[in-house]
Amino acid sequence: MRSPPKAVVWPLLALPALVLLAQAMLDQLGANPAEALIRGLGDWTLRLLVLVLALTPLREATGYAGLQRHRRAIGVAVFIYATLHWSAYLVFDQELDLAAVLADIAKRPFILVGTLAWLLLLPLAATSFNAAVRRLGPARWKRLHRLAYVVAPLAVLHFYWMRAAKGRWGEVAVYGIILAALLAWRLRRKTR
Amino acid sequence: MRPSDITPERIWHARRQVVALLGASALPAWGAPALPAARSSVPGAHASDTPTPKRDVISYNNFYEFGTDKADPAELAKDFKTEPWTLRVEGLVGKPRTWGLDELLRLAPMEERLYRLRCVEGWSMVIPWVGYSLAALIKAAEPQGSAKHVVFVSKADPAQMPGVKQRVLDFPYTEGLRLDEVLHPLTLLAFGLYGERLLAQNGAPLRLVVPWKYGFKSAKSLVAIRLVEAQPVSTWQRLAPREYGFFANVNPAVAHPRWSQASERRIGSGLFAKRLPTLPFNGYADQVASLYSGLDLRTHF
Repeated sequence: MRSPPKAVVWPLLALPALVLLAQAMLDQLGANPAEALIRGLGDWTLRLLVLVLALTPLREATGYAGLQRHRRAIGVAVFIYATLHWSAYLVFDQELDLAAVLADIAKRPFILVGTLAWLLLLPLAATSFNAAVRRLGPARWKRLHRLAYVVAPLAVLHFYWMRAAKGRWGEVAVYGIILAALLAWRLRRKTR
Repeated sequence: MRPSDITPERIWHARRQVVALLGASALPAWGAPALPAARSSVPGAHASDTPTPKRDVISYNNFYEFGTDKADPAELAKDFKTEPWTLRVEGLVGKPRTWGLDELLRLAPMEERLYRLRCVEGWSMVIPWVGYSLAALIKAAEPQGSAKHVVFVSKADPAQMPGVKQRVLDFPYTEGLRLDEVLHPLTLLAFGLYGERLLAQNGAPLRLVVPWKYGFKSAKSLVAIRLVEAQPVSTWQRLAPREYGFFANVNPAVAHPRWSQASERRIGSGLFAKRLPTLPFNGYADQVASLYSGLDLRTHF
């Protein structure tokens, strides 16, 4: 199986955001559009985050390396979706009131954890260019980008806390199990 | 924008004829049966706010008997049976009685009232309810002198209600009010909204509506009303006493332990609408604040 071209992968990565934008413009986001938009962007952040962490295990398990070439694009998409998610929270939930955001972070642990996860993505996004890899050197760059393994559990914890109040564990469990398997695979490979 | 601005009157009249011809006016897809009502004369019964569109009122619901997601009730309550239905009025009353739904529908004249509804989660709606003051039913039961509080019990049928089957809460859902709160004319026994009988997701066939308290106090699909002496413990209070008190009066000055109650998102006002400041007693202070004179609302939240 060949690697899909950028002309296919990039529009696919943009598609969920475009669908949400179209729904927002056509007033098709339901009774609480702010909530639907924020949650929709959060869902896609988590999905892409799990996907990017799954690429290497997927290659080793199946031999298919076609998506490996797009790892950076998917990683950058994780950052873009996380940024849109947090920005939508800032604009539509907190109405750009930074004092209210700080009070909210102090009050709600799941907001704190989500914000922390997003902040930890900043150094990864800032070093996603070839020049940054050269300047840091591949070893240090790789070590830095292992932060993704810290971000992912924080993101799942954020999602878990959001859902905990209503006892809706189903989807949280799916992400949790996949992530646990990916982390276990990573740790096992390291000790081998 | 009103629905009549979009659909020409000629067409919706024609649509009703089609429905009538099919004899299908009671099918949920076409809306619930009509419930005519006169404009209420109770002070405070007509909010000046824009009503929340009906499609939002019937699709965004907290009704844990049918699941905890807000889309669950509209989806999972479709086949909920509301006929036959009985309501037991019992406890410290001179005339305990089991009422049939038809008797209750005839007990007092139906009134339309436009109430704000503020959910403890931080969102709100404005709903044109149809019903009458609960006091009419309570007075018919002749409360005894020792009756000081009232317990409301909602239907809990695991066969029809997936949330009850999964025990997402300690069912049956029970709520409680003080007797003077129950007898306040704004306290509504509702049978309909938007001029039609209630749909299951909104608490069919009859529910409590207490507009100055957080929405969870307004118990849905009632099967029993019990007059008692001691202050009862409601479902949410038992589950999380630090978060949900007995009174649960809307109060922007008392935060929920996990979030602020200072403002609210008005459902149906669009993505770019600003949050509104939450008002003490949900804007009904003129009518109800006197019920709580001398009570510290910070400790009795």
